Amino acid sequence: MTLADSDRAVKAVEAVWRIESARVIAGLARMVNDIGLAEELAQDALVAALEEWPRKGVPDNPGGWLMLTAKHRAIDQFRRRDVYERKLQQVGRDMEVRQESAEAELDDALDDHIGDDLLRLIFTACHPVLPAEGRLALVLRLLGGLTTEEIARAFLVPEPTVGQRIFRAKRTLADKKVPIELPPPAELPARLASILEVIYLIFNEGYAATAGDDWVRPSLCEEAMRLGRILAGLMPGEPEVHGLVALMEIQASRIPARTAPDGSPILLLDQDRSRWDRLLVRRGLEALGRAEALGTLGPYGLQAAIAACHARALTPEATDWERIAVLYRLLAHLTPSPIVELNRAVAVGMAHGPARGLEIADALLDERALRDYAHLPAVRGDLLAKLGRAGEAAAEFERAAGLTRNSRERTLFLDRAAALRHDRGC
Amino acid sequence: MRYLVTLKVTSQPDGPPPADLMEAIFKLGQEATEAGALLDNNGLAPSSEGARVELAGGRLTVSDGPFAEAKELISYALYQVRTKEEAVEWASRFVRLHRDLWPGYECEADVLRLMGPEDFAPPA
Repeated sequence: MTLADSDRAVKAVEAVWRIESARVIAGLARMVNDIGLAEELAQDALVAALEEWPRKGVPDNPGGWLMLTAKHRAIDQFRRRDVYERKLQQVGRDMEVRQESAEAELDDALDDHIGDDLLRLIFTACHPVLPAEGRLALVLRLLGGLTTEEIARAFLVPEPTVGQRIFRAKRTLADKKVPIELPPPAELPARLASILEVIYLIFNEGYAATAGDDWVRPSLCEEAMRLGRILAGLMPGEPEVHGLVALMEIQASRIPARTAPDGSPILLLDQDRSRWDRLLVRRGLEALGRAEALGTLGPYGLQAAIAACHARALTPEATDWERIAVLYRLLAHLTPSPIVELNRAVAVGMAHGPARGLEIADALLDERALRDYAHLPAVRGDLLAKLGRAGEAAAEFERAAGLTRNSRERTLFLDRAAALRHDRGC
Repeated sequence: MRYLVTLKVTSQPDGPPPADLMEAIFKLGQEATEAGALLDNNGLAPSSEGARVELAGGRLTVSDGPFAEAKELISYALYQVRTKEEAVEWASRFVRLHRDLWPGYECEADVLRLMGPEDFAPPA
């Protein structure tokens, strides 16, 4: 076999791994009741595939092959442990019986409820005993099939740091004896919220880097959307899951339009809407429709509904700002936050005039949480400019430029300030 | 990355596709959708219901189907994946169903990458 052939075979193994690994790990986790061990067994199967497939070719059912190989490793482990325990306890009579029943159980465990296994794995990886960064790393590793190196690159942190986070997260789950199971109904809303939070954090990490020059890292967005779609398939009755999927699909639809050729950001209302990804818009609106059909919208659904108002408008002038203002009011009611209120100020300013918007924004001036938030002065600057108060507006944009950590955003704010001062002739 | 997989049939036994095959195709589509990989797909009606707009020698001609080619384009699927190999894997699963469930059927699936924002990114 040539080098190119073996390279192709390795890549084929990696592709199958990416498609199948979460399900294999999930099935194994239920069997061995330990996420760390499940991942090790699955990794062993991957190594076996990397050895065997390039020589023998990719099997017809590669996912099944991985599962079966990992299962055999698990049985070997059980056997070894069994033998050890038997010696320890000096009993050997029921060995065969126990062995057989263990193997039968393994078969059941692997063949049934793949969906449930995946859900259990997601709930466990996003367990609230873990810090957010541990949940993120674990989800990307176990559900996304990303390597430690890929996660490190995506989050701009050193590889050993990610390795440590994953290691600590697994140890915490084991130490605290967190069972790999679905949460009881009473805990479901909070536990689901924890999963949605992790997925949306991954998305946002890709959508807007908070610091530095890299404005978009779309691969993390794609990863988050994939996780969201998987979750929607597993929990089709949860409106907020569809709401989050809708929000991500609609936001991602703007990625092709939100950066200028020189890399500088283009604000929503200035974007060339013909560059929006219509397929993602359509998928987002469909997901929002599913969320709405299931009942009252939650925070993600409401944000998606707001994003949908923009997505439906073929021109900025066609935007239904009144509806957006109402949706922000509902959102502020569900999740009171000064940032939601600031967004409401923008919407009200568009729907009912800049003076009304400025009233809302001005009420936020004493908010401690917004003290260093660049967008408060930026929003006030925009409203002041519309009211013809150019000097005050320019000062606000300069303040915003001093607060942002994104260098491209800083340029944007300084340009607006300069234009306002220029128009004013000073 | 997005990949478009088009399916062209090269040889088709007489009669409608077996019900088993249609069910397996539906299940695979559901699986790929729930895996977050399949964004869009559809079957295409025979080219006898279509038309072709052609430019040759500076002249536009419009002609109704069927097209003369031996290979009829019958479906497409749009995948969101990280590598070409992943798209190839999904396409292989799809083609494999035809091999296993419709003896005598022959086809070819082309796996083509769609251009994305990365193709138009500003120079780093």
